[in-house]
Amino acid sequence: MRERDDEWTGLMRSAIAGDSAAYHRLLKAVTPVLRAAARRGLARAGQPVDQSEDIVQDILLAVHLKRHTWDAGAPFAPWLFAIARNKLIDALRRRGRRIFVDIDDFAEVLPGEAPVETASASEVAAHLQSLPARQRDVLQSIAVDSASIKDTAAKFSMTEGAVRVALHRGLTSLTAKLREQ
Amino acid sequence: MSGNIEMDTDQLIRTLAADNAHRARPVGLGLMLALLAAAPVSLLMFFTELGIRPDVMTAMRNPFFDLKFAVTLALASAAIAVSLHLSRPEASLRGFGWLLLIPAGILTAGIGGEMMMPQRLPVMTRLVGNNSRACMTAIPLMSLPLLAAALIGLRQGAPAHPAIAGAMAGLASAGLAATLYASHCTDDSPLFVATWYTIATALVTAIGALVGSKVLKY
Repeated sequence: MRERDDEWTGLMRSAIAGDSAAYHRLLKAVTPVLRAAARRGLARAGQPVDQSEDIVQDILLAVHLKRHTWDAGAPFAPWLFAIARNKLIDALRRRGRRIFVDIDDFAEVLPGEAPVETASASEVAAHLQSLPARQRDVLQSIAVDSASIKDTAAKFSMTEGAVRVALHRGLTSLTAKLREQ
Repeated sequence: MSGNIEMDTDQLIRTLAADNAHRARPVGLGLMLALLAAAPVSLLMFFTELGIRPDVMTAMRNPFFDLKFAVTLALASAAIAVSLHLSRPEASLRGFGWLLLIPAGILTAGIGGEMMMPQRLPVMTRLVGNNSRACMTAIPLMSLPLLAAALIGLRQGAPAHPAIAGAMAGLASAGLAATLYASHCTDDSPLFVATWYTIATALVTAIGALVGSKVLKY
């Protein structure tokens, strides 16, 4: 546990220093923990657990867009779980349930629990449709076609800077749309 | 089916990692820039409608005139510090809330100090003063541009309790507006400040909490 938290903190520090591969590894590492907690929260609220992936994606977007509020001198896990808890409560409230979410829900994947690799999520994808064409194209190119920023720039005859701007704006407006729904 | 986009979590993660180079402005810097941008509006309101009191040079020799600025500036700085602390998702008021007691403490000490001095005017006259209505109008009005700016600045944060963070934005902007107003107002008694400034500040704080609960959710 302690080891895992230290590893996450180290990865996040590298990510802030500009190491995108470390950031990718960190997001991959936290996702199963977030997913397990989301499923547990949904189950306890009597909601179908197959909606957990929407919550996981919502949390990941918030982590990404608010990562400048993380203090690099502090451990990463409490910050992450605070965001996750906030988003989970929000999601359950939107589904009409008020429920107490225990911070321990995020502490670990319980031993008996079968890890769920991935599940279908529909909310982010649905909002992706309504983005301005340029942002949607860029997001789709990077997300679905696994193209790099450079390749995406070449494909749409844009500068790399413009691709970066469209990418970030796209992620910001996706998050805004999720919040409004 | 054409036009149907899928985005599974691995794909989302890849996209977020691609955006790693983007750096957001720190919340504190954003808040300061927003307040600086709004300050001219409040200053314009102040100088066109109120202005500094004409006897300011004499007034500055009165410790109770100076005390008003100690209270309002302590309030503004404490509220800004607390609002920045609360803009982090894992933060709570614990450990930081006591900062807000500083302006209250200064004001209480001022009331005590005034009580111990011989006074020409009775307590109620000093408390009611001559400018209570102006005080309760001018402070909220001049704080509105600052409040809007503070809320815009704090939107970069991720507060766990948006209403409390919004209330802090209200306190901060009321503290700044009250600093301006204090240089206009001829009522210097700490009793006047404790009554009318507090009512005006409470109003702005309530507006901040109300709006904050909507706009500071992340």
